[in-house]
Amino acid sequence: MKVKYIINGKEEEYEIHPGEVLLDVLRRNGHTEIKGNCYLGTCGACTVLIDGVPHTSCTILAAKVNGKEITTIKGIGELDSPHPLQQAFVKTGAVQCGFCTPGAILSAYALLKKNPDPTEEDIKKALDGNLCRCTGYVQQIEAVKFAVKLLKEGKNE
Amino acid sequence: MSDFKVIGKKTDKIDAMALATGQPLFVDDLQLPDTLQIKILYSPYAHAIIEDIDTSEAEKYPGVKMVLTYKNTPHIIHTTAGQGWPEPSPYDTYMFDKKMRFVGDRVAAVAAETEEQAAEALKLIKVKYKVLPAVFDSEEAIKEGAPVIHDEPEITGAYDPKRNLAAHIEIRVGDVEKGFEESDVVVEETFETQYAQHTPIEPHVTLTYLDEYGRLVIRTSTQVPFHVRRIVAQALGIPVQKIRVVKPRIGGGFGTKQEIILEEICSYVTLKTKRPARLLYTREEEFISARTRHPFKVKVKIGAKKDGMLHAIRLYTLSNTGAYGSHGLTVASNAGSKTLPLYNKAENVEFVADIAYTNLPVAGAYRGYGATQSYAALEQAIDMVAEKLGMDPLELRKRNHIRAGETSPIFKALGEGREGVTQYIQSCALDELLEKGAKEIGWFKKHGKERRNGSKVYGIGMSMHMQGSGIPLIDMGAATLKMNEDGSFNLLYGGTDIGTGLDTIAAQIVAETLGIKPEQVIVYASDTDMTPFDVGAYASSGTFVSGGAVLKAALKVRDQILEVAKEKFGEFDTKDFILEDGKVISLKSGKNITLSEIAYDTLYVRNQHQIAATGSFVSPYSPPPFAVHFVEIEVDEETGVIKPIKYVAAVDCGKPINPELVKGQIIGALVNGLSYALTEEYIFSNSGRMLNPNFMDYKIPSTRDIPEIKVILAETYEPTGPYGAKSVAEININGPIPAIGNALYDALKIRLHKSPYTPERVLEAIKNKK
Repeated sequence: MKVKYIINGKEEEYEIHPGEVLLDVLRRNGHTEIKGNCYLGTCGACTVLIDGVPHTSCTILAAKVNGKEITTIKGIGELDSPHPLQQAFVKTGAVQCGFCTPGAILSAYALLKKNPDPTEEDIKKALDGNLCRCTGYVQQIEAVKFAVKLLKEGKNE
Repeated sequence: MSDFKVIGKKTDKIDAMALATGQPLFVDDLQLPDTLQIKILYSPYAHAIIEDIDTSEAEKYPGVKMVLTYKNTPHIIHTTAGQGWPEPSPYDTYMFDKKMRFVGDRVAAVAAETEEQAAEALKLIKVKYKVLPAVFDSEEAIKEGAPVIHDEPEITGAYDPKRNLAAHIEIRVGDVEKGFEESDVVVEETFETQYAQHTPIEPHVTLTYLDEYGRLVIRTSTQVPFHVRRIVAQALGIPVQKIRVVKPRIGGGFGTKQEIILEEICSYVTLKTKRPARLLYTREEEFISARTRHPFKVKVKIGAKKDGMLHAIRLYTLSNTGAYGSHGLTVASNAGSKTLPLYNKAENVEFVADIAYTNLPVAGAYRGYGATQSYAALEQAIDMVAEKLGMDPLELRKRNHIRAGETSPIFKALGEGREGVTQYIQSCALDELLEKGAKEIGWFKKHGKERRNGSKVYGIGMSMHMQGSGIPLIDMGAATLKMNEDGSFNLLYGGTDIGTGLDTIAAQIVAETLGIKPEQVIVYASDTDMTPFDVGAYASSGTFVSGGAVLKAALKVRDQILEVAKEKFGEFDTKDFILEDGKVISLKSGKNITLSEIAYDTLYVRNQHQIAATGSFVSPYSPPPFAVHFVEIEVDEETGVIKPIKYVAAVDCGKPINPELVKGQIIGALVNGLSYALTEEYIFSNSGRMLNPNFMDYKIPSTRDIPEIKVILAETYEPTGPYGAKSVAEININGPIPAIGNALYDALKIRLHKSPYTPERVLEAIKNKK
C-alpha cells in the first residue's frame, strides 16, 4: 500500500507493507537521521514528532500515521543552520556517541514548544524516554537549559 | 604550564554538530543496494551437542541465499577477544560449532534478501540436540565431576579446561599469613557481583562488501578495528591484506565492542556471495549473545595494626567468564592490579584468582574491567576495618593510600595476564580529593550520625579508587600528520573514538603543538587502509596512548616546520622560535612566516617535500588516575528502596585536556555504576535462559533516576602523558557499589553481600538484622 507523509515540510509518498513500523519505512527511504532498533519503544532513539508530538517510531505502524506531519531531527535544523537546541547540545558537551542525540533533542524541542520556560523537573520528564548510556544526562539537562537561554535571547550563537 | 592555548580550554567536540543534526555517520546509516540480511539461530539449550542439523528447507525458502553452520564454514579455533597479539585469552571459540555451550550460542545463520525472509528461514532449520548436563554456578563449575564445557582437543591458552578453569592467577608479596597474625584487627568478608550488560544504545552492527578491486571492506561498530582485521583474517583463513576495516562513528561501546562477534560471519557471507551483507543485533541479541560483565565472588581479608596502618591484604576472586574465556584472565588480573597498589602500605599481599567457565552468557571487557567487581568488596572491607579500629574510614584511607614518588610491588608482580611493569607514581592528588570531596558531601557533619524522617533513613558512604592509562609496554598507537596549503593538517591516526571525544582530544593536541586552532585539524581515524595502527579503544588508553602518538607526530612536524622557517629567516637555530596563531615567529629577530606560506613553499616552490610525520607511542608507564567518591542516600525502611540524593566524584585525571569531555566521562561512568549498584541484573531461568533481555525488565537509568551530581577535578600534571594527561574513562564506574554499600551501613547498620542493592535484598537484610 501507499502512504503519504509531510516529512520536515516536504510531501513524500512511500510504498509500505501493512505490518511495517514507521521507523523501518523512514530509514529505508533515506531518513537515517532516525536511530534506534529496540522495537519496544523503550530506548527512545527513534523518536520523531508526529504532528508535533514525540513518538517512538519503532512502535507505531507506518500505515497508522498516513497523511500526518512528521518531523525528524533534520526538520528542526541542519549542519549549516542548526537549531539553538542543537547548538546547546554541542556547547555543553551533551553529545558523546550521539546515537541518542536526535531523539533527545526532538523530545526537548517538543517540550520547549509547549513550555518555553521549563523547570529542571519538566526537562527531566520530557527526556525521560530517551535513554543515553554515555552522558549520565547531566550535560543533556544543562543543554536544554542553555537552549532556553539562547531562545530567549533570540539569538543563535 | 598555565599558558596553554587549547589544552584545558573549552573546545566543542568536533563531530558533535554532525551528530546533533543526524548526519549518516553510523555503520547502519550506509545502505548499499543488494545487501543481504543476516539472522542468527541461537541454541535453546545451555549445554548440548548438535547431533543432526538439516538446513535444506531453509535453503529453499524464498530469498535465502546462504545458510551457515559448522558444516560449511571455516572451523578455526580463535578468541573473540579484541586484544593485542598474542592474545592473553584462550583460543576456545569457532565461528560455528557442533557443541552449544550456553543459551544464545550460535547454531546457524541465514543470509537472505530481506530480514523477514532470513528470520522465517531460521524457523525451518531442523536441529536435533543431545542435551548435556549444564553448570551455571562458578563454584560448582570448578568442582570435581562438573560437566566439562570445553572438551575440544584444539583448545589452547586455557589454564585447565578439564576443570572448567579458563585461567588462574597467584601473586604473593611478603607473608600474608604472618601478616594476619601480626595484625591487631582482621576483617574477612565475601561479596558477590552480578551479570550486567553495557547496553550501548547502538547495538553491534556490521556491514561488509567487496570494493571495486574485490577486496573485503568491513564497516563495523567496533572498538578495535585493527584487531578485527587480524582476527577475521585468522578465523576465515585469509590474508590480512585482503581486508579493510572501517570504523565510522560508533554509538557507544563500554567494552562490549572490544570483541569480534559479527564481523567474521558477515565477511564470510560477502566473500561467498560477492554481495554486501549486513548483520545488526536486536536488543535481545545484545543481551544474550554479545558480551557481559564477569560476575565475581570476591573473598577479601584485611589485617591492620592499631595505629590504622594496613598490614596484610588477601584477595581471592572467582569470576564467571560464561561459556567462552574472552578477557577472562585479564579482567581477573585487573581485579588485583588496579586495586591493591592503592593500599601500598600493606606489606603482605596475596592475590589469587580462578576464572571459571559456566554455561551462561559470555563475559568480556566492560568499563572498569575487573577493578569494578574487586572494589565492590575491597572498599566495603576497608570501611569494616575502620569500624573495628574505631577510626573514621576517611582517615584510614588517608593513612594508607599510595602517594607520588611511591610504588607498589604489585605493579611488577601482576600485569595483564602476565608479569607487569614497575611503576612509580608521579602524580597523585588523593589527599586533595579526600579533603574536597568530604567537604562537598558534608562528611564530618553527617557520617556516623543517625538521621531519620519517618521510615526514611539517611546515610553517607565513600570509596577510593585508582585505574590505569593503557597497558604498559603492550598498547601501541600511531599517528600520521601532514600539512596542507592553507596551514591546515590532516591527522590520520588509529585511535578509536567510540563516542568519547578522542578525535577532539587528538585535534586539540595537534593544535596546541603547532599553534593553530583545533578546527584546522582534519581528523580521520581508525581505517586499516588509511591510518596507521592503534590497538583501539580499551584499557583507558585513548588520551594517553593514542593521544601520546598524536603528540609525537605533531612534535616531529613542528621540527620540520621550524627547519624551513630557520632557512627562511636566515637564522642559525630554532630555539627562539614559537608557533602561534598559524605562524612561526622568531622571538629574537621578530621575523614571522605563516604556516600557509611554508606549506605553499615546500609543496610547490623550493626544497619541495611533504611536511609530514608519523609518531608511534608505547609506554613503560600506565599512570593511574585516582578518584574518591561520596554518596548520600535515603533508604526507606518500609519499602527497601535506596535513593541516592547526592553523589560527589572527586577525580585526579592529570591535566584535563577537554574539561567538558572529562566531565562527560566521569558522570557517564558513575551513572552507569549507579544502576549497576541498584537495578541492573540478569535474571536467569533454572535452565540458563536470560529472562529479562529488554529495557523494560533490565532497568538502565533515565533522566529521572539521577541524583544531584557534583564533579570535583583536582588537576595534576602527569609527566608521562600528553600535556600532563592521564586517563578518565573507566575509573568512575567503580565507586557506586562500595560507596552506596557503605552509605547503607551508615544508615541502617546493614551490609549487603550481593549486588545490585534491590529493595528485596535491603528488606531481607533489615529483617535478618532484627
